[in-house]
Amino acid sequence: MTDVTITPELVAEHGLTEEEYGRVLALQGREPTITELGIYSVMWSEHCSYKSSKKWLKTLPTEAPWVICGPGENAGVVDIGDGQAAIFKMESHNHPSFIEPYQGAATGVGGIMRDVFTMGARPIANMNALRFGHPDHAKTRHLVAGVVAGIGGYGNCMGVPTVGGECDFHPSYNGNILVNAMTVGLASTDAIFYSAAAGVGNPVVYVGSKTGRDGIHGATMASAEFDDDSEEKRPTVQVGDPFTEKLLLEACLELMATDAIVAIQDMGAAGLTSSSVEMAGKGGVGIELNLNEVPARETHMTAYELMLSESQERMLMVLKPGSQGQAKAIFDKWELDFAVIGRLTDTGHIVLKKDGDRVADIPLDGLNDAAPEYDRPWTETAARAPLDPAGVAEPDDYADALMRLMACPDVASKRWIWEQYDHLIRGHTLQRPGSDAAVVRIPDSRKGLAITTDCTPRYCYADPRTGGAQAVAESWRNITATGAKPLAMTDCMNFGNPERPQIMGQFAGCIMGMGDAGRALDYPIVSGNVSLYNETNGEAVLPTPAIGGVGLLDDVDAMATVAFKQAGDAVIVVGAGRGHLGSSLYLREITGSEDGPPPAVDLEAERRNGDFVRQLIRGGKVTACHDLSDGGLAVGLAEMCLAGGMGAEVSLPASDLPRHAALFGEDQARYVLSVVAGSADEVIDAAASAGVPANVIGKTTGDGHLTVGECFTISVADMRRAHEQWLPDYMAAP
Amino acid sequence: MKAAVIVFPGTNREQDMVDALSACMGNDPILVWHGDPTVPDVDLIVLPGGFSYGDYLRSGAMAARSPVMRDIIAKSEKGVPVLGVCNGFQILTETGMLPGALMRNADLKFVCKDVRLKVETSQSLFAGGYQAGQVIRVPVAHHDGNYFADEETLDRLEDRGQIAFRYCDEDGGLNRDANPNGSIRNIAGIYNEAKTVLGMMPHPENMIESAQGGTDGLALFSGMVEALS
Amino acid sequence: MKARVHVTLKTGVLDPQGKAVAHALDSLGFEGVNDVRQGKYLELDLAENDPDKAHAAVDDMCRKLLANMVIENYAIELDT
Repeated sequence: MTDVTITPELVAEHGLTEEEYGRVLALQGREPTITELGIYSVMWSEHCSYKSSKKWLKTLPTEAPWVICGPGENAGVVDIGDGQAAIFKMESHNHPSFIEPYQGAATGVGGIMRDVFTMGARPIANMNALRFGHPDHAKTRHLVAGVVAGIGGYGNCMGVPTVGGECDFHPSYNGNILVNAMTVGLASTDAIFYSAAAGVGNPVVYVGSKTGRDGIHGATMASAEFDDDSEEKRPTVQVGDPFTEKLLLEACLELMATDAIVAIQDMGAAGLTSSSVEMAGKGGVGIELNLNEVPARETHMTAYELMLSESQERMLMVLKPGSQGQAKAIFDKWELDFAVIGRLTDTGHIVLKKDGDRVADIPLDGLNDAAPEYDRPWTETAARAPLDPAGVAEPDDYADALMRLMACPDVASKRWIWEQYDHLIRGHTLQRPGSDAAVVRIPDSRKGLAITTDCTPRYCYADPRTGGAQAVAESWRNITATGAKPLAMTDCMNFGNPERPQIMGQFAGCIMGMGDAGRALDYPIVSGNVSLYNETNGEAVLPTPAIGGVGLLDDVDAMATVAFKQAGDAVIVVGAGRGHLGSSLYLREITGSEDGPPPAVDLEAERRNGDFVRQLIRGGKVTACHDLSDGGLAVGLAEMCLAGGMGAEVSLPASDLPRHAALFGEDQARYVLSVVAGSADEVIDAAASAGVPANVIGKTTGDGHLTVGECFTISVADMRRAHEQWLPDYMAAP
Repeated sequence: MKAAVIVFPGTNREQDMVDALSACMGNDPILVWHGDPTVPDVDLIVLPGGFSYGDYLRSGAMAARSPVMRDIIAKSEKGVPVLGVCNGFQILTETGMLPGALMRNADLKFVCKDVRLKVETSQSLFAGGYQAGQVIRVPVAHHDGNYFADEETLDRLEDRGQIAFRYCDEDGGLNRDANPNGSIRNIAGIYNEAKTVLGMMPHPENMIESAQGGTDGLALFSGMVEALS
Repeated sequence: MKARVHVTLKTGVLDPQGKAVAHALDSLGFEGVNDVRQGKYLELDLAENDPDKAHAAVDDMCRKLLANMVIENYAIELDT
């Protein structure tokens, strides 16, 4: 490999700027080999180095008494009591999924599950947040079909239930879909595994699948804008093998039950390079690998290819001396490759050998600490003028407006998607997809985890700081609506090109808003991922900081669900409605405008109202609970009727708001509850003394209709048809 | 009563099955690794759901040829009851212990949802907890559950009362809309001629307590335990 | 020697995948495709060099594993 001359073109192809290449020369004290150039290139890519985002990520709240491990490891870890920990993370696989939707989405799911079981946790739930282009865009249908099949294909085979998520459509994703996958795992707090290598002389072991030429330069692809040639990059897409990963999961967990492992990390983006560099770097040791020992699937693979391959279902481990035999026996049983490919050294360098030659020798502190970090220029998104609800047209027909909202792509039932995911395996799914938050029970306990993914990109676009705060608040609210206490979140920051100050301003704004909300709600961020350059020919995606939230139910018997349960219950709205229609779904779907600022996020009210609702649920007072978001009160009530197969008869609280603003306004910090009729007064009194706005607006009925005062009466069955039919009809169209 | 649950590489619903069996048996079934040459002497052998060998080649094809299956076939011939659920059903057809084959779902998609089943007969050691004609609700979760057999085989199955369950609507009606995978004659589960082997696609083991959304699956396990204890 | 095995569905067995492909071809504007049947293709690299023995061995493999005789047919080609 020493015969490759490093030209400026080659440097540029590796995505390094002249200035960055200057640093490489200074660190190496000579011209790098091609293998070294490849390693610098992927380690300093946006994807691995977070060079544009690091400055901002550092400002996020990451600590709480229950946080065991925050960002920086394979996944975040929170204490859930009784010696158990929830381990979770969300990650994007956007670019690969656009190029090859089935494999891109499948390997995204495989990668995030590895991140979680690498730390010693058995995955117990998967979630996903998907954003596609406009339904009428030529590629959308094909991408939806492929992504959904890929997510199902991988998760179903692994035996991990996919219990929920979200799926939106917007033209800004036409050329850049977002596929964000989240995994939640369960571990013992005394058996959590980390990635920092230790023990000079200890063996470095490669396990899992063999290495092929898959995905070489995936990490740099994930850090580059698309252009029209991108679809030609197809051969670099990785192919997932969930069967092998299932074996790898069982083998790793079996080995983790012994005392053999010092450190372990999965080989995700940038494969062997990032795993070996990060493990040795974090441990402050050196590492020497003999690449001839790497199990290879193809012949004549170069050092460069072996180091940069993104073949899936592989792990790198440092074992305790003398435990190789025991470890190998476990991997033999599961018919997986097991190879000692190197050892830890005290040099502080990564040294690679191939065919007896030293093909790379890089100082790790240089590679890690001297990685570029940018304070990219950013401009604040201009504030939008307030939108007076009185100036927004009232619908000609309220029933028709609600029907249209219930059948619009963002609100319509996603059953067509989640019925392709095994959401019941393991037998602990207590709230299935379509709920505010999914709930999975912790085996052999009364505890449950509430899990949700949330983001309202149109709000983030209109006002990044408010939108960032709203995404966190909605996540917190969805968990609260089950009765669970929100513990922590993971994030997937999907944005356009950060070299544009406007995009960087969206990023900075969202981070600031997320930080505000995380601090105010005691809801820290413990893991996450940044995906930049989601733009094609200068068209960026809406800023999309997807939030994955996890909360704890102490007693699943005291859990609330969205479904109205019985006729005659009192229906109560908690929180203040101000008729905010700016950036609302009503405005977009009914009047065709995406104008106006998002609803204000009052974090004190969020906390006060949410704590009140949670306490009511835990006290057994609540028969159903739903948070209000897209489409406001009208859509919230409709969803509760649909989930329970019940009707409701309500009238709008007395106010001087226009009726359509009261019905469809998207004011935050609000919930709809049902309580047995006799306890309504007690609940209203309790709310008053807690300083929480609450009004009885009507009652549930058994007559199969949703009636709102003088606005409309609508058949729940008709609504169900409209709500359920949009996606299957769309997917069935040619 | 003692039971054994067989684990192949890629099996993933063994714990669900263990949970359901132990809830009714009062003891834990034995997990048997596919490479073991024999299954211990037990009253019931269960092939649980999953993706043995990744469903590669054909669902169940490779598991059907694994060492432990030879012993299971031998024990079954001596009358030891065998239950195969989902991938277990696929394996049973691949070994020939049950007739027919399970093909890709008619709409080509994986399907996970609650379905209704009509219990065709309660006259077996598996279905004693149900009434013939009863409609139960349990989930399916599979990609290859589209049962196929030639007409002659199907007629024979019907004549000998070997149909265990059929997909139906809430009122027990057998129609296309109630059929989640295109199975011929809405077949969801079948017996061997001696009714000592049951294969079925749906997952009764995931519907045994109200927290799971229903309890209709429980009677299969409690009925079996009663028959075999 | 190399053996090539084609596994196809028997006539009369419904082939939803083939049907979907036919439908897709039609909607792409390819006319005159009367029917599509989807199958599997396997390449085997054999140590055996005697064609008759190789054929017999692969035939046995097909019956025992590679094809499901309930619904599938197979055809064997040998590279000599």
